[in-house]
Amino acid sequence: MRKKLLGLTVAAMALVAGVVHAQEEKKVTIGVSIPAADHGWTSGVVFHAERVAKLLMERNPGLNVIVKTSPDPASQANAVQDLETQGIDALVILPTDPDPLVNAIKEVKGKGTFVALVDRAPSTNDNSVRDLYVAGNNFALGQTAGEYIKTTTPEAEVVVIRGLPIPIDQERQDGFDKGVEGSGVKILDRQYGNWNRDDAFKVMQDYLTKYQKIDVVWCQDDDMAVGVLQAIEQAGRTDIQYVIAGAGSKEMIKKVMDGDKMIPVDVLYPPAMVGTALEMTVANFYGQVPVRGVYTIDATLVTKENAKDFYFPDSPF
Amino acid sequence: MTAGEDAVETKSRGRSWRDIDLRAVAPFAALALLLIVGALVNPNFIGINNLANVATRSAFIAIIAVGATFVISSGDLDLSVGSMVAFVASIMIIFMNSGAIADPGLMLAAAVVLTMVIGGACGLANGLITTVGRIEPFIATLGTMGIYRGLTTWLSQGGAITLREPELQALYRPAYFGYILGVPVPIVVILAVTAVAAFILYRTRYGRHVVAVGSNSDVARYSGIPVNRVRTIAFVIQGLCVAIAVLLYVPRLGSTSATTGILWELQAITAVVVGGTALKGGAGRVWGTICGAFILELVGNIMLLSNFISEYLIGAIQGAIIIIAMLVQRSLVRKS
Repeated sequence: MRKKLLGLTVAAMALVAGVVHAQEEKKVTIGVSIPAADHGWTSGVVFHAERVAKLLMERNPGLNVIVKTSPDPASQANAVQDLETQGIDALVILPTDPDPLVNAIKEVKGKGTFVALVDRAPSTNDNSVRDLYVAGNNFALGQTAGEYIKTTTPEAEVVVIRGLPIPIDQERQDGFDKGVEGSGVKILDRQYGNWNRDDAFKVMQDYLTKYQKIDVVWCQDDDMAVGVLQAIEQAGRTDIQYVIAGAGSKEMIKKVMDGDKMIPVDVLYPPAMVGTALEMTVANFYGQVPVRGVYTIDATLVTKENAKDFYFPDSPF
Repeated sequence: MTAGEDAVETKSRGRSWRDIDLRAVAPFAALALLLIVGALVNPNFIGINNLANVATRSAFIAIIAVGATFVISSGDLDLSVGSMVAFVASIMIIFMNSGAIADPGLMLAAAVVLTMVIGGACGLANGLITTVGRIEPFIATLGTMGIYRGLTTWLSQGGAITLREPELQALYRPAYFGYILGVPVPIVVILAVTAVAAFILYRTRYGRHVVAVGSNSDVARYSGIPVNRVRTIAFVIQGLCVAIAVLLYVPRLGSTSATTGILWELQAITAVVVGGTALKGGAGRVWGTICGAFILELVGNIMLLSNFISEYLIGAIQGAIIIIAMLVQRSLVRKS
């Protein structure tokens, strides 16, 4: 009898403790839907989503973050549906292609789920689609690079290597033009390098043939910078003062950190922005702070002084 | 292939015997035309430096296309070569990064052997799936294209795989950037590979079998040619050519990524066809193929060096030039 009583007490105590515990640990499930790692930048997105998810789960014991990657809009729509059936309180999504996914996102949002949209916005990007929008700034990526050239080498003759003919690339070009506006910077040429190392190598080789004197190369992307540097080295040309890339890959950040003369700075378009969205979403639930709205991430100029803040040696990107 | 088609083909082949020289010359005529156009566009174009640059960087597509000439001549098609480049190159770099062998020279030698073996094995896989599995080569290699690409993405976790050992890099760099008797190494390699390939295709029994199988596999089978073995070996040759291209590719940037070699299969096939090999099989022109690869690379180069072509129109004009080059060839052949 006594034994039984003891057992009952223990059980009751455990129950009470459990309830108290549960109150401390608010249960929140967040679904993260991102593109599959098919090139440098998206591989960074996957890396940082998983890194920040792990950090946040350690910090908030009741939090569960599910990260799902999808190669294309159709499978991402399915992934969003799967996440929804698992019962999520919030969805953090970086769409492979935003417009085809609007309906899938609205479906989730319609059920009262908190939605944080990252980087790529659909044509109608208001609070009927998402609660929070964390945006990179393509215009500023170009502008920051342009302004750096304007201040360091105001009379430079610049060749530009573009990405692919899509709106993101055009925004960067417009930003760049705004950045160099009013200086003596002369743009010799703009050609597409498809955000690809090998193509950028070819374009740079041809630029070197075409122009006897080039001061600065703006190639707006760290992957392309790899090909550009190799082409310059092979030609043995010494007239090129520096190359400005962008995104923030570990390879280029390392060069900035080491004081490489050819890569004095890098312009940030960080894949880690998915982590920003995740942190803010968690703050909405645990910190109960207002996070709804639009948060635009600066295209920070990475210099030798601050480079270590943006260096992730373990990231694949 | 039906009997009717076969008859037509035999007839046209019979007629083309007399034109054979002109057909082989046609791609070179198109090349000469392009060189003239290029010189008019920009005086720097005809400089030895520029032409050496273009020839050197056409090496990857040219060498892959030499392999594709065998596959296409034997009546098959290999769509997986671009992905295969990325996959084989990734394995090579990962192996060199592993530090399994301390001595850099030995390490490089081992890496070269490994690359050739993996390339050959990838080709063998394509060949066996096509012949033993009796799957259309288009579908079989579309499948392996996805497999090789996916494995590369997985190995690199979507990022880049970069050669880390500076000592190895320094040792290996001349394989792309070096010179032999004043000629860039990749050009020497193109010529050597093509010479060997031409010998195999034109002077050996195996070469004649390839063409026979491509012309009509049924007739070839009745004549006692081991059709499946001939086709499989053609795929292995393709794999070895991809491996040689990789040996030149890795020292250039010292790294691969999930986007390495994307669409190279189409460029290789285009080079083969521009070079005068029929896409339906039955005739192979190895020297024409490398001429085709050079033409493709030249077209892009001329576009970039010109000052009057909008960067938005480059794709359209490239397409038009390829068609015009083919028309020039056709008209030459018809006149004779």
